[in-house]
Formats: sequence, C-alpha cells, structure tokens
Amino acid sequence: MSVLFYGSAIIAVLATLLVITRTNIVHALLYFIVSLLAIAVIFYTLGAPFAAALEIIVYAGAIMVMFLFVVMMLNLGQVTQDQEKAWLTPSVWIGPSIMAVPLLVAVIYAINLNQEQMAHTVVGGKEIGVALFGPYVLAVELASMLLLAGLVGAYHLARK
Amino acid sequence: MEMPTVTMQVIPMEHGLLLAAILFIMGMVGVLTRRNLVFILMSLEIMLNATGLAFIVASSHWGQVDGQIMFLMILSLAAAEVAVALGLVLQLFQKRKTLDINVLGEMKG
Amino acid sequence: MLDLLWLVPVIPFIGFLILTLTFGKLPQLAAGIVGAGSIGLSFVFAFLAGSSFLGAEISSYSQTLWTWMSVGDLEVGFTLYLDGVSLVMMYVITGIGFLIHVYATGYMSGDPSFARFFSYMNLFVSAMLILVLADNLALLFMGWEGVGLCSYLLIGFWYKDPNNGYCARKAFVMTRVGDAFMAIGLFTLFVSTGTLNIQEAMLEAEAQWVVGSGVATAVTLLLLGGAVGKSAQLPLQTWLPDAMAGPTPISALIHAATMVTAGVYLIARTHVLYLLAPEVQYLVGVIGAITLLMAGFTALTQSDIKKVLAFSTVSQIGYMFLALGVGAWSSAIFHLMTHAFFKALLFLTAGSIILAMHHEQDIFKMGGLRKDLRWSHALFLIGTLGLVAFPGFSGFFSKEEILATAMENHDGGYILYLAGLLGAVMTYLYSFRLYFLVFYGKKTHDGHEVMGLHLQGPLVLLAIGAVFAGFIHIPVEGVFPEMEEHHPSVMAQAAMILLPMLGGLLAWWVFVKGKVDTEKLAGQGFGAKLHRFWFTQWGMDWLYDKIIVTPYTWLAEVNKNDFIDSIYNGSARAVRFCHEVMSETQTGELRWYAISIAYGLLLLVVLGVLL
Repeated sequence: MSVLFYGSAIIAVLATLLVITRTNIVHALLYFIVSLLAIAVIFYTLGAPFAAALEIIVYAGAIMVMFLFVVMMLNLGQVTQDQEKAWLTPSVWIGPSIMAVPLLVAVIYAINLNQEQMAHTVVGGKEIGVALFGPYVLAVELASMLLLAGLVGAYHLARK
Repeated sequence: MEMPTVTMQVIPMEHGLLLAAILFIMGMVGVLTRRNLVFILMSLEIMLNATGLAFIVASSHWGQVDGQIMFLMILSLAAAEVAVALGLVLQLFQKRKTLDINVLGEMKG
Repeated sequence: MLDLLWLVPVIPFIGFLILTLTFGKLPQLAAGIVGAGSIGLSFVFAFLAGSSFLGAEISSYSQTLWTWMSVGDLEVGFTLYLDGVSLVMMYVITGIGFLIHVYATGYMSGDPSFARFFSYMNLFVSAMLILVLADNLALLFMGWEGVGLCSYLLIGFWYKDPNNGYCARKAFVMTRVGDAFMAIGLFTLFVSTGTLNIQEAMLEAEAQWVVGSGVATAVTLLLLGGAVGKSAQLPLQTWLPDAMAGPTPISALIHAATMVTAGVYLIARTHVLYLLAPEVQYLVGVIGAITLLMAGFTALTQSDIKKVLAFSTVSQIGYMFLALGVGAWSSAIFHLMTHAFFKALLFLTAGSIILAMHHEQDIFKMGGLRKDLRWSHALFLIGTLGLVAFPGFSGFFSKEEILATAMENHDGGYILYLAGLLGAVMTYLYSFRLYFLVFYGKKTHDGHEVMGLHLQGPLVLLAIGAVFAGFIHIPVEGVFPEMEEHHPSVMAQAAMILLPMLGGLLAWWVFVKGKVDTEKLAGQGFGAKLHRFWFTQWGMDWLYDKIIVTPYTWLAEVNKNDFIDSIYNGSARAVRFCHEVMSETQTGELRWYAISIAYGLLLLVVLGVLL
C-alpha cells in the first residue's frame, strides 16, 4: 500500500508541476487529469474509496470536460501558445517561488509538530450516505442550492 | 460491496498532509505566475483539490466520515465555481478578445 | 403713573423695530416722525413717571417686567430701578436725546440712509435707557454693550468711506478692552457677593468686605477699567476723537452728552464699592486729573472743530472722574447733566456751522463768521461760556462744586485741585481759541446760515438749558452719602473764578490781537516738538502702535500658518497620506491581491507555528 501511496504522490506532484508550467492549455488539462487520477489512487490507499470514485467521476470527468469545452469554444490556437511562452519567462517564477518556499517550510514544520499515525480504517459509501442524509442533511441542501445558483449563473453568463 | 477492514501498512499522516501542502502551494504559484485566466482557474482547481486531499487525510486519520463529507462539499463548490467562472471567461473573451488579466485589470481602486 | 416706567425704554425700541423692519422704505417725513416722535413720547412718559416718583417721596422704585434668567443661585430679572441718579440720567437721555433727534431730522435731511440713521439712534436711546434704569449689573451690561454696538454702527454710518469704518472699528475694539475688564469685574463681584442686583450687592459688599481689602480693590479696578473704556479716559481715550467720523448729531448725542458719561454713571452707581477701596477711588481722581490736562493740551492743537470739541468732552469727563475720585458723587452727576446741555449745544451748533460752510470742518478755514452766522454765533457763545464755567452759566455751578470739594479733600485732593484749576485755565484757553478762530479774525469763506425750526428750535432750548441748568436741584440726596457743605474762603473762590479767565484773556491776546505768531511758535524747535506731543494726545496712539499693534502684527506674521490649525491640518494630511498609501495597494491587478493573500497566509502559519 505504501508503495502505491508514494508512487501516486510522486506522479501527482510531477503532473501538477507540468500543469502549471505548460504553455498549451490542452496539454495542461491532460496533465491535470493525470494528477487527479493519481490523487484518486491516494484516496483509495487512505481508505476512502467513495471519494476516490467521485474524484474520477466529478473532477477528472465533469469539471475537466467543462474546461475542455470552454477551451474549444474559445478556440485558442497557436497565438495563445506563443503568448504564453512569451509571458512565462524565468523571471516570472522568481517572486512566487520566493513566497512559496518559506510557506512550504513553515507548513512542513507545522505538520511535523504533532507526529501521529493514521488509523487506516476504510470508510465506505454506506457510512457516507448515512452521514450525509443524517446529521449533514442541511449541508446537502445548501450544496444543492449552491449548485442551482451555479447552474443559473452559468446559463445566464454564457448566453450570447 | 463493502471494503474489508484490514490493517494496512502504516503511512504517517504527515506524509499525506505534506503532499496536500505541496500541491496547494504549487497551485498557488500557478495562480501567481500565470496571466491567462483559464490557467489561473486551473491552478485554483489544484488548490481546491489539495484542500480536499487534506480533508481525506484527516478523515482517514480519525477513521471518521466527516472529512469525506467535507470533501464532497468542496467538490460541489468547485463544480459550481468552475461553471460560473468559465461562463465569465466566455463572456469576457467575447467582449475583450483577450484573457490576459493584466489587460483586464481595470478595477483600479 | 410710575408703573408706566417700562414704556420709557420700550418706546424707542419699538421705533427702532418700525424703522428697521421697513428696510428704509419709509419716506423721510414718516421716518423722521417715528424716529424723533418715539423719543419725544419716551420723554413724556419719563416725565410722567419721574414727576410721580418725586411726588411719592420714596427713595427708589423698581419694576420687574419678567425674569430674564434663572440658573442656580443666579436670578436675573428684567427689572427697572428708578432712584435720584437714574432719574436724572433718564431725563438727560430722553430730553436732550429728543432735542438732538429733532435737530437730526434737519441735519440729516436728504441723506439716502435717513431711516437707517434714526433706527440706530432709537436703538441707542433704548439701550442707554436700559443701562441707566437697570436694576442689576447683567441688565446694565446688556445696555452697556447695546450702546457700544450703536456707537459702532453710527460712527461708521457713512460706511462707504473706509476711514469711517476704521474709526468705528477702533472705537469698538478700544471700548471692548474696557468691557472685558468690566465683565471680569462683574463675575468677581458675583462670586464674592452672590448677587448681581446692584443694591443687594452693595449691601453685601459693605457687610463682607474690609476697607481696602484685595477683593474690593480688584472689583473696583476692573469696573474702573470698563468705565475708563466707555468714558474715553486715560489710557483708553484714543477712540473718542476718531469717533467724530460719524454725523454730527451722533457726536452730540453719543459721544458728548450720554454714552461717554456711562462710565461716570457706573462708578457713581457702585460708589459704595469705591468707598471700600479708597486707593482705587483716589486713582479714579488721578486718572480724571491727568486726562483733563492731557485732553486740554491736545484740544489746544487741533484744527478740526469737532475734534476740539471731542477733546473738550474728554477733558470734561475727566472733571467728572476727578469729582468721583474726591467723593463728590452728586457733583459728578450734576456736572454730567450740565455738561450734557452745553456740550450738546456746542456740537449741534458746530453742526450748523459745518452745514453753513458746506461740510468744512477746519477752523483755520473759517474766521470772521460772527456777522454771517448770527444764530450760530450767539448759541456757540452761550455753549462756550457754559463750557468754561463762566459765572452764572450752568457749568460754573457744577465745576465750582467739584473744585471746592477737591480743595477740601484731605488725602491728596489738593494736587487734584491744582490740576483741576490748571485744567480750567486750559478750558478757557482752548474754548476761546476755538471761538475766536471761528467767529473773529479775517473772513476767508462765506457762510450761509441754514435756517429751520427743527434746526434752531432745539438749539434755543438747549441754550436755555446751558444757561439755567445750574439752578436745577438734582434729587440725589438719598442715593449718595451726605456731603458737608463747602464754604471756601472768598480768596479761594475768587481764585477759582478769576484765574481761569486769564486763559480767556490769553486766547484773546493771541488769536484776536495776533500778538503771537502761533504758526512760528508751533513750527520750529522745542515748540514744534511740544506741539507734536500735544497734538498726538501725548503720543498715546503711537505708544499703542508700538507696544500692542506692532508686536501683534509681528506675531500674526510669524504665526501666519496658524499653529493650532496645523494640528488639524496635520491630522487631515496624515489621513490623506494613509489614504494614498492604501489606495496604492488597490492596483486592480489580480496578482497583487493573490500575493497579499498568500503573504497573509504565510504570516498566519508562521504565527501559528511560533505560538
């Protein structure tokens, strides 16, 4: 299991790194899907198979497809790619990196403060369903309202 | 079919959280470096996903369902956000023929 | 009839309201009738109230109209108080005021602001009546400030000439200096005695204060400050000569007959306090003596007919102060009354001369007018004789009383007496200098007497007063402490009468016979310096300019960007600076916002780790 975890972790990190450095949007999207799939594997290894399934279906499936559709509709071609190349000079990376490194250090330090083992019990879809329609029913309702609002908003905004 | 409850090889929680942190910060760097709106949105998705991962790790650590529920919430939030944001991107591109946020940044305070 | 007393100040006020609320739209005739008529009516009621007061044989009468203010222990009523002194003052104000108003209808005839003139005049009379009839010091102070305001408005009446505005401001500011002292004096008196009612405060002060104690000295000094300001005595006298910028009836009414005597009235009214502070009382006399000499010398050098009269007013009020200083309270009031007659007569006659000479005021451009202006000549002579206290004329009785009291005063009065005697010589000298220069000598300009009942009528009545007012007995026995009868020796009396006449002779010898070349005398060497010194009122204006105006303007120059303001401006600038700094952060660039959020996150994490 741990091999699976660490392997997926490495893949996820590398794929994500490629996502943020690509100049071609479609390439970036494909790498992002790779990253999401790797994370889905990690979910599985952490005993959350239901979340892993949703990660693939909703994230890698629905959301990424939505991105793809938009990219198609925008019809961004070689021009955009050249533009991205011109924008992504090495100097652009300096500032954010200077910020990111200390943040990462701080977070790692914070995480290492309390060394604790994971329980590694598998929590399946049944428990999630019981919890969702039990104590979390109000959150479900709110999420449904949010999605409805998103639906209406997207419809309204995307109109010609 | 229910997964069998087996004692798996020990993976420290820190490593899961560390992965989440690395992904989150990479997403953040993406948001800060890119100028194309679609890339920025993608980087935002990376950050959201990293947060979801952190919740799953926590859920796994405590052996509780609540973390996964939170992940579900983040998922629906990401879906709604992407739907609206991409709608906006489409409109903006139609109007301004560009997705460069440096050009679009007109809300000077 | 006594309960009609309230009508006396109210009727002029109604006249003021009518004239003001019609915005000068009233035709001249109507405005004249309202303006002069209201004072006439007021005089009638004053006469009715006064005669029933005298008939009732009571020492005082007070009439509360309403409670003005009531705060804690302080209860100030709108109360009128009538006794011998205020009765005399009331008669002088309404009677002489009425005559001057009638005269003014002629003098001001044709002026575009005719109604405005009379509205100010009526307001003045109303305020002055409130001043003298006030039962408490708060009400008195209201009248006091009211007459100050009217004085300002009337000096600057012809406001289109900037110089008049300057003179009005000067008068206002100078008297304000005194008023500030007076206000503090009133507060001190209230703190000490717990009341502002004049009679009660006098009783309280008598019961509580030790003679010559600090509080008595302080209060009397502060009140003296107010009196000195209003009555144009040293060192606050510089405003009165400039006040002559106003129309001549104003000079007669306000700056000769009534308002400037308010200081005398105030000290007489509060004489009990001054008896408790003998040093201050003596100081009053000294101020009067110095002022009367200073003004006398200055009057000798002036060339403007009105300014000569103005300085003679200062000088005569100096006599009143001298009288107050030696405890001759009733003589001061007596002299105040007689002075009101002959000085009003002199001013109004001077006004007639000025009218006849087509607004020429320089006495060196007059001369030989006694044939052309027969009326003015006769009236002016009567006024002059009153002023110099020629035996038989009104001024004689009052001035002699003052000098006799001063002579017999034991503590230091003798110096005051000598000063007064010298002043009397000076009075002769400058009065007859004025008279001879105007009516004798070579004729240079033609003058045509402007005739009219409303011009000469009041003058004749005033002249009768100037002659016979000395025989009036003023009913002030109950008010002031009893004075022993003075019986100066025949020699002393003769000296008092004859010595000043030398001044008149000297004037005749110099200005009619022309034995001395005055221009040469005043034109070179020591004479020029002396002339200059006298002409500039002993350099008082110059002194004030050097010690007050110059440092003040220097200070204002230094503090051009107001020091206090800079605090407020500075805070405004600091806020603006912060605003600019903050608005710099609002670039509209998404990246900046994201970076800020990231930095915030970093900070929070670091804080979370460290704590």
